[in-house]
Amino acid sequence: MTIDTQQQKTSKFRWGEMDEDDDLDFLLPPKQVIGPDENGLKTVVEYKFNDEGNRVKITTKSRVRKLASARLNKRAIERRSWPKFGEAANEDAGSHLTMVSTEEIVLERPKALGAKAEDTKEDGLSQLTKPGAVLMVCRTCRKKGDHWTSKCPYKDLAAPADVFEDKPPTGETSTASVAPGPGKSSYVPPSMRHGADKNAMGSDMRRRNDENSVRVTNLSEDTREPDLMELFHPFGAVTRVYVAIDQKTGVSRGFGFVNFVSREDAQRAINKLNGYGYDNLILRVEWATPRPTQ
Amino acid sequence: MRPILMKGHERPLTFLRYNRDGDMLFSCAKDHTPTLWYADNGERHGTFRGHNGAVWCCDVSRDSLRLITGSADQTAKLWDVKTGQQLFSFKFGSPARSVDFALGDKLAVITTDPFMERTSAIHVKRIAEDPEDQVSDSVLVLPSPDGKKRINRAVWGPLNQTIVSGGEDTVLRIWDAETGKLLKESDAEVGHKNTITSLSKAADDSHFITGSLDKTAKLWDMRTLTLLKTYVSGVPVNAVSMSPLLDHVVLGGGQDASAVTTTDHRAGKFEAKFYDKILQEEIGGVKGHFGPINALAFNPDGKSFSSGGEDGYVRLHHFDSDYFNIRI
Repeated sequence: MTIDTQQQKTSKFRWGEMDEDDDLDFLLPPKQVIGPDENGLKTVVEYKFNDEGNRVKITTKSRVRKLASARLNKRAIERRSWPKFGEAANEDAGSHLTMVSTEEIVLERPKALGAKAEDTKEDGLSQLTKPGAVLMVCRTCRKKGDHWTSKCPYKDLAAPADVFEDKPPTGETSTASVAPGPGKSSYVPPSMRHGADKNAMGSDMRRRNDENSVRVTNLSEDTREPDLMELFHPFGAVTRVYVAIDQKTGVSRGFGFVNFVSREDAQRAINKLNGYGYDNLILRVEWATPRPTQ
Repeated sequence: MRPILMKGHERPLTFLRYNRDGDMLFSCAKDHTPTLWYADNGERHGTFRGHNGAVWCCDVSRDSLRLITGSADQTAKLWDVKTGQQLFSFKFGSPARSVDFALGDKLAVITTDPFMERTSAIHVKRIAEDPEDQVSDSVLVLPSPDGKKRINRAVWGPLNQTIVSGGEDTVLRIWDAETGKLLKESDAEVGHKNTITSLSKAADDSHFITGSLDKTAKLWDMRTLTLLKTYVSGVPVNAVSMSPLLDHVVLGGGQDASAVTTTDHRAGKFEAKFYDKILQEEIGGVKGHFGPINALAFNPDGKSFSSGGEDGYVRLHHFDSDYFNIRI
């Protein structure tokens, strides 16, 4: 539809006896309708006065299309006039039984198989080249792009010593805790320094944590760590709760870990809470087992 | 596309059916009132009051004047579509699961569930032109060979010569509609491995598609009962439909309704999945329901389809123009 406006200057009316608000429409040429022609083009020519009192010609061109109702056959049109019956007959206008979805639904094409394989093959290095991407590789569980090493849910489960020894320092990474390689000037806690008695304390702690770590799966999206704490602390002293959060979307990934001080408490929690209905989902609570090394 | 949401039912949908002209849509649900909607804008036109149980199935006559419904209240009822009045009620000793008008609307096939001592059976009824003359006697009763297993769907074959049935015993059967003789059974090797939930005919009665809880849908020749195609879906299939316009089939389903609350909502896969009929490849999925899809129907013009879910909604989708140009 196009509207083209042409202004035609006309001499101002100086009829003193007329009020400003008076309708001057009778001075204008009548409205003209031309068409619709064989292409469905219809032209309407109208005249009116604008705010300054100038005469304006408005030409409106529109395309006339046959309405969809033309598809309905005679019987269907007749059925349209049938009176409503049942509950529909005395339905109040505000009942809103029929609504148009506010959400645009698309026919979601399934991803081609080739594209999917490529996606998973994409490693950290190629992510680094992309703008805005960070190379995030957990050194404990070797998972890429999910969490930092310091936030790894498995960090207590990993074999302690070799993690720091046989991996070369990755200086380029922006991980929070950089591996204390030899020659690095960063601070190294005494217990981890070379020559320190590693078996004295650290690994014992880890051993114990490993055994008392409980995995909770099938959590609802909005469960957070304080919620888990509240759920588990009645069973005994809890040293740590962790809920896996998707880094990209910020929503929970549906699982978490709870560490207990004593094994008995953990066992009681498992017995009690496995199969427990929490937030409309049924929890699965079990001993956390270390992931098989890749 | 922006689907039209119709919230006329308070319980899960069970069946959807368009009339031949494609201007009306009938919906059945586990509440007791089948409902008639305009198929273009989704406006409710009427409700059919009279059933006293879940309504499992319906069919509309070719002239769109008669409706037949089968219900768990152990009756199948004939209705006047114009007024919504009940014309006749067939009484059975067990729930009526599926109904189907024959070509010409002179006959109807009704299946009944196994119930107490009664076994599952297929009943053929003569439909009188004048509802005054209607009698409840069956022309033919076909008892199911495995009577304890429910027959979920029975439809008329080409030219009313046969009846095709399928159900919990996973076997598709072709019966002679005149004599009641069992003519063919589907091959157990290639057939479904779990309950057949739905059966839908092509517009020309040459082939039909079945959906099953074994997470597949299969396309069969209607005369020879040979397996033509298999469509693999990741979830149990509750409803199937074929596009009358394009070579597309659409499957609806999702995990069992009883398992919905025990798992994450993303695991449900409550989408209507489109497959290429010939290449058996998935074309796309239409999401939106909050529960399994129980019913699917294509408009006879192939330009819109509707789905009914466990969530009680009917969603009416008018396709965008790009749907008609999809290339695999």
